[in-house]
Amino acid sequence: MSDAAAAAPLPSAGPRPAAFGDRLFGSLATAAGVLVLVLLGAIIVSLFIGGLPSFRAFGLPFLTDTDWDPVQNVFGAGVPIFGTLVTSVLALLLAVPLAFGIAFYLTEIAPVWLRGPVGTAVELLAGVPSIIYGMWGFFVIVPVMGDDVQPFLTDWLGDLPGVGMLFQGAPFGTGILTAALILAVMILPFIAATMRDVFNTVPPMFKESAYGVGCTTWEVMRSIVIPYTRASVVGGIMLGLGRALGETMAVTFVIGNTNRITTSLFGPGNTIASIVALEFPESQAGTLKLSSLLALGFILFVISFIVLAISRLLLRPRPT
Amino acid sequence: MSATMRPGVGPPGADPVRGARVAALLSRRRQRLDRLVRLLCVVATVIGLAFLASILFTLFWRGVGALGLHVFTRVTLPPGSHGGLLNAIVGSLVQTLLGTAIGAPIGLMVGTYLAEYARSSPLGTVVRFVSDVLLSAPSILVGLFVYTILVEPFGGFSGIAGCVALAVIVVPIVVRTTEDMLQLIPTELREAAAALGAPKWRVIVLICYRAALYGIATGVLLAVARVAGETAPLLFTSLGNLNWSLSLTQPMSSLPVTIYQYAGSAFDDWVDLAWAGALLITLGVLALNIAARVVLRARR
Repeated sequence: MSDAAAAAPLPSAGPRPAAFGDRLFGSLATAAGVLVLVLLGAIIVSLFIGGLPSFRAFGLPFLTDTDWDPVQNVFGAGVPIFGTLVTSVLALLLAVPLAFGIAFYLTEIAPVWLRGPVGTAVELLAGVPSIIYGMWGFFVIVPVMGDDVQPFLTDWLGDLPGVGMLFQGAPFGTGILTAALILAVMILPFIAATMRDVFNTVPPMFKESAYGVGCTTWEVMRSIVIPYTRASVVGGIMLGLGRALGETMAVTFVIGNTNRITTSLFGPGNTIASIVALEFPESQAGTLKLSSLLALGFILFVISFIVLAISRLLLRPRPT
Repeated sequence: MSATMRPGVGPPGADPVRGARVAALLSRRRQRLDRLVRLLCVVATVIGLAFLASILFTLFWRGVGALGLHVFTRVTLPPGSHGGLLNAIVGSLVQTLLGTAIGAPIGLMVGTYLAEYARSSPLGTVVRFVSDVLLSAPSILVGLFVYTILVEPFGGFSGIAGCVALAVIVVPIVVRTTEDMLQLIPTELREAAAALGAPKWRVIVLICYRAALYGIATGVLLAVARVAGETAPLLFTSLGNLNWSLSLTQPMSSLPVTIYQYAGSAFDDWVDLAWAGALLITLGVLALNIAARVVLRARR
């Protein structure tokens, strides 16, 4: 009976007024769908056109040039691009192990009654506005970094050959490492929640079979869950990376905002988003500086679009 | 005997007694590794929860002391003259509600299109993909985008530009939840309505929307929660305004932007106001998040 119902096509055309209503509603829905594509196109085109004078003036070296000199009207994107990539990758290094631990805890280890509340708490962490992370970072984390963490790291790691220079310099508390730490806290809940959801898609039969032959929880995780979900886990990590690349307010508070590439992780720097947020209010319409900021926005959009697109492709539900 | 008892030395099956001991040792090692990993995971979770606790504790500690009636009754004033946040609070409410009012219907229609008209069509696949990418796109770029289309051409920062920027952020959030919720509705329900002679649009509006009402409402609440705390897109659109203004064509104040300006200032009373505002906005956003969960659970 249900077979017959499913096989029969829905009656699409009724009497005249209904047909008109159907056409109207259908075209409204389609128009809304197309609007989303137009929106994406408009964002790309508007940023590109806005940045065009700057691309024309500086050409391809704009991407690597490290000058940002409003007085001489010379602008380069090298430092912000470097800062964006370094802080985001460092943030991933800090956040991914924690997120993995949380997701593992929430799917396999925690008692069932605890999974709901702890999961909700992690998701609430994702709901906190980024400006709040900025204030928290500025007033709570920066003093801790400056007084304790950075001197400690300098004492223990500063003299090591090779990596030592990463941990030298005056402990102001702000800088690349602090920005990466705040970013890590911000993207942690996104990655953890995605990983948890992905881990939950593993068919229970697979896991129970492994438990049945005597595997420990960790062995089930390592040999069953991770291989089954590998692509989606990477997708979740890329989602976090996409978030970190474009994060503005939190980074602006703590990174030190200096257009310089330093060898130390304690040194100040900037990111594309932070330089745009800071310099924009001081830029007049029509100037090369404003155009350079829009060009930076275009570059950020391209980078994060690629990262997010890869993430979405990896996170697609597997065909069954 | 015990001196030779090392795993991996000789075939374990050769001597039944030794084989059993090797197995026991191996098993103990596996158990120990398992316990270590479990412990690390618990530590990771505790660290994650500690971040949330630290943020909330700091907000209450600094924010409650700074809260007072003046925060709600007085507008922002120069440092030292006992100003409040009234214009910022009202500005945030106006922009958040208007932005949602513009963005949510569009998101609803896009979600409807994806779930009811284009489940597996090529255009639908592309729209779904682009919407999901926009969902996580940096919000500061939305601010830049709206600046180039609404602020620069019309010669000034305005409240309406802020609303449009927030609306752009609302759309993909509502799309995601609307599509997910509509897809949960059983096909039989649609077929039953269609069998009674209802045209497709009435099936969608009267049957599907009603069945998915709580889910769609959840999406709208989450969207409000998200844009209420957005700072970056407003910096270049509504800019912020230290005076009382409700005009949509003038720069408009908002809580996040005011917090941003005050938190970095050198004046203690401004920093206090920033903390009060931060507490307000976080409580509001978290309450909306929790409300969204409650609404979704009420579906049952």
